[in-house]
Amino acid sequence: MALSTPASGIKLGGGLRPPSDTSPQERLRGQSPRSNESGEAARSSNLWRDGLRRLRKNRLAMAGGVVILLLCLVAVFADVLAPLPYTKTNFGRLNEAPSREFPLGTDQVGRDLLSRMIYGARVSMLVGLGAQIIVVLIGVPIGALSGYLGGRADICLTRFIDVMYAFPRLLFVILVMSALGAGLTNIFIAIGLTGWVGIARQTRAQVLAIKEKEFVDGARALGAGFGRLLTRHILPNALTPIVVSVTFGIPEAIFTEAALSFIGVGINPPTPSWGQMVGEGQQYIRSYWHLCVFPSIAIAITMLSFTFFGDGVRDALDPKLK
Amino acid sequence: MFQYIVARALWLVPTLLAMALVTFLVMHATPGSPLDPVAEGANPLSPEAQKNLAEIYGLDKPLPEQFAIFLGKAARGDFGTSFVYKTRTVAEILRETFPVSLLLGALALALAVVGGLALGILAAVYQNRMWDYVSVSLATVGVAVPNFVLAVFLIILFSFVVPLFPTGGWNSPRDWVLPTVTLALAPMGIIARFTRASMLEVIRADFTLTARAKGLGERAVIFKHALKNAFIPVVTLLGPMFAAVGTGSFFVESIFRVPGMGRFFVLSMTGRDYPMIMAVILTYGAFLAVMNLVVDLLYGALDPRIRY
Repeated sequence: MALSTPASGIKLGGGLRPPSDTSPQERLRGQSPRSNESGEAARSSNLWRDGLRRLRKNRLAMAGGVVILLLCLVAVFADVLAPLPYTKTNFGRLNEAPSREFPLGTDQVGRDLLSRMIYGARVSMLVGLGAQIIVVLIGVPIGALSGYLGGRADICLTRFIDVMYAFPRLLFVILVMSALGAGLTNIFIAIGLTGWVGIARQTRAQVLAIKEKEFVDGARALGAGFGRLLTRHILPNALTPIVVSVTFGIPEAIFTEAALSFIGVGINPPTPSWGQMVGEGQQYIRSYWHLCVFPSIAIAITMLSFTFFGDGVRDALDPKLK
Repeated sequence: MFQYIVARALWLVPTLLAMALVTFLVMHATPGSPLDPVAEGANPLSPEAQKNLAEIYGLDKPLPEQFAIFLGKAARGDFGTSFVYKTRTVAEILRETFPVSLLLGALALALAVVGGLALGILAAVYQNRMWDYVSVSLATVGVAVPNFVLAVFLIILFSFVVPLFPTGGWNSPRDWVLPTVTLALAPMGIIARFTRASMLEVIRADFTLTARAKGLGERAVIFKHALKNAFIPVVTLLGPMFAAVGTGSFFVESIFRVPGMGRFFVLSMTGRDYPMIMAVILTYGAFLAVMNLVVDLLYGALDPRIRY
């Protein structure tokens, strides 16, 4: 990544990739002084590289990162890894306990549980990453504009956010899902519609604080326009809390999908989802424990890995926040 | 102070109105009507019958009028008849299920506060020793792992491996244990984390040192001086905690077959039971808003430094 040509690196979206990716761009951005960072970060001259070094030292976070990487690989290569197609039924072998032939057993219609779990990883990862992209694409511009412009637009937005906060988040997602109907695209829409509020609030607060700094005034004095000020000078400096909020948003989206599928308004049935497998399996927990236990373990491991990794990223990027 | 309470209470009205409007719009903006047959491929109702039904339920009127009618009735506690359970009014169903959810929620919240405080204090007092690790790992698991997954593990452990508690139902206090624990773990973890952090801060503060220097015993220092101050940031958490327990109860109630509001809500969702959905969401919303207000006032009462 460090080899990418300098010019290609300067894009706002690029900064939202993992910290390692952003280092070449940060170096280029010399003209936006980082005097606002703590003394420690200023000395090492590069917040992201510094953060990465701290993150590497955090063993729990690295373990989480490795598991996440593995899950992503499983999701990408599900077609190769799964021993059977996830729709292949076998009515001669229903609800079988784990055996050599079916390592995790079979479900109510004789489908191989291992294969369904592998494809389930694909759904989870897709929702986690995809929904977060939508959330960022909606939340960051709205928050940034509201913070930068101020005035009536800002008041409207903060009022709206207040109302959205009074609404229990999951309740709203369930409501939207039941209105739109089940399906992967609709999950993206539902999470995107409800999730941008938090990140918009974060961005707004950051922009509010940064737009008063001298270097922004300096850039304005040098003739930088509105768009340039926002995308080149203000947002790059507001990136840390946004990155942190994205790292925590991913497991939240995964949880939301699992929860929706659990109550039956998430993924459409033939597609396997861990949450839906737990939801169906828990009804037969007394007779066929394996049906819900394996997907439960998968969800638990995924959520814990993302939590450890997210905690690590937060601590690494913001040494003050511990 | 009095002015503040009145202002906050008045804010409840627009908030609830906005919630009602959003819910109403989302429910009606989508294709599909409650008059369509529930089962797939079933015979559709004749146009006349559909028209008659629409008239009975007021679905033939323009949307703004429907909304106005709904608001007028809701203000008097009348949410209409359930579309799915046609013989019962929504108010009846709520009267039956809300107390169950409230009991479960209260039990879970009590456990969360007591358990969370205990874990947080232990972790702070024995920082970087075994108790700290135990409580931090418990808190992390509670926060990170969804409650329906925790429910599966708890059922396996405490109903099958060690058969202590039943897998579901809501008849005796013994049935209450597993749902309460499941629902309490997430808020308990959050409270434990915050208590630990704020206790650690307070324990190192000067006034704690002074208390020790005066020769106070360890117990008095921790409970009288440290905990009182460490508790204040924890109180702010109680607002979101109510929301977590409220939405968490959908899953916990359906897994453990608890006859509460959450379970009815999930059922009403798939049946497009408009009156039921509106009523449940507004009940939750009103409850949460009131609780947030109570928490804010409590905050002021606990900390004399805060003035309104």
